[in-house]
Amino acid sequence: MDNAVPPLEFDPLLRFEAVSKNFADVVAVGSTDCAIAQHSFVALVGASGSGKSTLLKMINRLGDPDCGRVLFEGSDVRDAPPAALRRRMGYVFQGVGLFPHMTVGENIGIGPQLAGELASNERISELLELVELEPEYALRMPHELSGGQRQRIGVARALAGDPHLLLMDEPFGALDPVTRDGLGKRVRALHDQLDLTTIMVTHDMAEALLLADRVLVMDEGQIVADEAPQSLLAGAGGKIAQGLVAIPREQARALASLGAASPEA
Amino acid sequence: MSDIFTIMAGLGGKLSAHILLAASALALGIIIALPLSVWASRSPSVSRIALGVASLVQTIPALALLALFFPILLSLRAVFGEGLPTLGFLPALLALALYALLPILRNTVTAREQMAGGVLEAADGVGMTQWQKLRLVEAPLAAPYIMAGIRTAAVWTIGAATLSTTIGQPSLGDPIFAGLQTQNWALVLAGCIASAGLAMIADALLGTIERGFAQRKRWMVWGGLVLALAGIAAAGYAQRPTSNNSIVIGAKSFSEQYILARLIGQRLENAGYTVEYRDGLGSAVVHEALTSGAIDISIDYTGTLWTNQLKREDNPGRDAMYNELVAWEQETSGTLVLGRLGFENAYALAMRENRAAQLGIETMEDLARQAPRLTIGGDVEFFERPEWIAVRDAYGFRFARKRNFTSTFMYDALTGGEADVISAYTSDGRVAADRLRVLEDTRGAFPSYDALVLIAPEAARDQRLVDALKPLIGAISVEDMREANFTVDRLEVKQSPAQAARQLAAKIAAAHRP
Repeated sequence: MDNAVPPLEFDPLLRFEAVSKNFADVVAVGSTDCAIAQHSFVALVGASGSGKSTLLKMINRLGDPDCGRVLFEGSDVRDAPPAALRRRMGYVFQGVGLFPHMTVGENIGIGPQLAGELASNERISELLELVELEPEYALRMPHELSGGQRQRIGVARALAGDPHLLLMDEPFGALDPVTRDGLGKRVRALHDQLDLTTIMVTHDMAEALLLADRVLVMDEGQIVADEAPQSLLAGAGGKIAQGLVAIPREQARALASLGAASPEA
Repeated sequence: MSDIFTIMAGLGGKLSAHILLAASALALGIIIALPLSVWASRSPSVSRIALGVASLVQTIPALALLALFFPILLSLRAVFGEGLPTLGFLPALLALALYALLPILRNTVTAREQMAGGVLEAADGVGMTQWQKLRLVEAPLAAPYIMAGIRTAAVWTIGAATLSTTIGQPSLGDPIFAGLQTQNWALVLAGCIASAGLAMIADALLGTIERGFAQRKRWMVWGGLVLALAGIAAAGYAQRPTSNNSIVIGAKSFSEQYILARLIGQRLENAGYTVEYRDGLGSAVVHEALTSGAIDISIDYTGTLWTNQLKREDNPGRDAMYNELVAWEQETSGTLVLGRLGFENAYALAMRENRAAQLGIETMEDLARQAPRLTIGGDVEFFERPEWIAVRDAYGFRFARKRNFTSTFMYDALTGGEADVISAYTSDGRVAADRLRVLEDTRGAFPSYDALVLIAPEAARDQRLVDALKPLIGAISVEDMREANFTVDRLEVKQSPAQAARQLAAKIAAAHRP
């Protein structure tokens, strides 16, 4: 890391303090420190097995660290029962995990229902509108929806409890490119509109560069680069980060030259 | 066919008892299996052990599992006291509930394994507690699988409940066992049809509930549930305790016992008693059922009690054995040995009349001289039994050949010439029908098997009951008993045990008339 995070230049919403985790003999996350400012959109990028999902899941306690601690809004996430903690955070993941026996409306309203306050029809419609779906979808069953629609519902469900923090683990990984692009832009717009703090795990550097305002690159359990997208594109962040940036850059270049070579262009 | 329907119309009491037993066992199975499978879903080692034990239980034949609960409960009396029933409803319930465990457990565990991982991760992710996750996600998603398991368990339980007849619990097995023994196929079919029909109805109702869960149609769930519960409630109503003063007569599973039970029952009905029959009891459980008061009256045989209850191997002679037995019953449990009916159902050696005449054999001593040229046939256990060893040693028998047959084929072997002499039962109807000569046991080597009437301690205090049965003592000759047995056992113009009992009663009355 040639560009380390300045100590407490801002009041962080979230802070990893020397967290580490092993699976059997394999180091998933080495001792890691990191602070995440409020309202930032952070992308965690890395190859499979680089530890990015493991680090994310320490936040909502789907996997506690072996050592160190995670502070959320100033207190250790392990101070509260996991269920209460998770209701304060939105969680979207590749598998979506809509409850197949509940309608779309019931799926979206599950968080408030668990907290003991049923979400009104208006609130469900409003949440559907946030992910650009008609209010009629509330009565459908998950198996009637396309993959993209399901993940939109997944996002709406994550937002139902008015969370301050949105955690996303490869949220668009299973979607086709068109849907993926549209939903990515939508999530970024919601992030701005709702003043969220968002942490998104992805293996796609292009997606990270286009959506996030801070990119953390992970490799073998360590954060090896922590840069703004512009800095990464300008060549900062070291060899591994630049290796990941090179892929979309090469693709863009190849596409451009392909376009230039074609007679119609 | 009309026979079968007439019999089925009379099976109401057995049917309702059957329903209550199967439903209770299923309910107990569910109560145990569901929490166990929740635990199993959270711990792989619990899952392994629970499924392993349940599978092991399944490999025990249902008949053996039911019988095993008799000694288990008997030993548990040390903990729970003498009031713990060892026969009837309780052991049947426990054995069948154990039997119901596996399909429910296995389906529930499978359901959990089949659940998409994303759904469970989402349940955690949205902030469900363990209990909320179980209630809101795991239970509703597993419900169709669990219902399928309960369905399988219900069909098994209803089928296996027919076997509870052998441990003294009334069920649809009663007509099946009685029919098998007396070769009354209408009775067997009626029991089978009723039991299969019940299983199919239960399967259809539970299947409706299962589909209701799978298709999320509440009316199907509730409709199936209400109908099933209504059936159980109707059975419960039919089985409500009415009068407690009916006399229960037990019978082991062979024709002679059925006939004598009816003979006693008819006398008591004439004396104004209400009578119930507990037919097809396993030989081992009858005595225990009597001494504990589960049944009031039974017929047993001196030699049987001597070996099985007193655990004796000596042979003090017919009268000494009887006297000692009477005293022993009185001392140990207060059971009254009312007396000997007058005939024996003993082991004996029998030959065809003409063959015996041809060889000049009348006694077992005569037989011993000719034995090295002859073939002896016995039922499957005969040559291992102490009776044979005693007789062989007393007479020094050395036969040319020994052959084993099932008890039915033994008589055919004798008439067909495949055996020259067989181990017959003295009161068997075929002794008369096949014109057999029972060889005289001049040295008294076979122990006696005098038929006895035994009355449970409680019932024995009823002087009127005792008086009603006294005329039977010494009143039944072995010839009369053979004939009565034969009318029930023969394949053509069969009579029911009740008809045979009435004819026997008429003979007794005629003999007593001055």
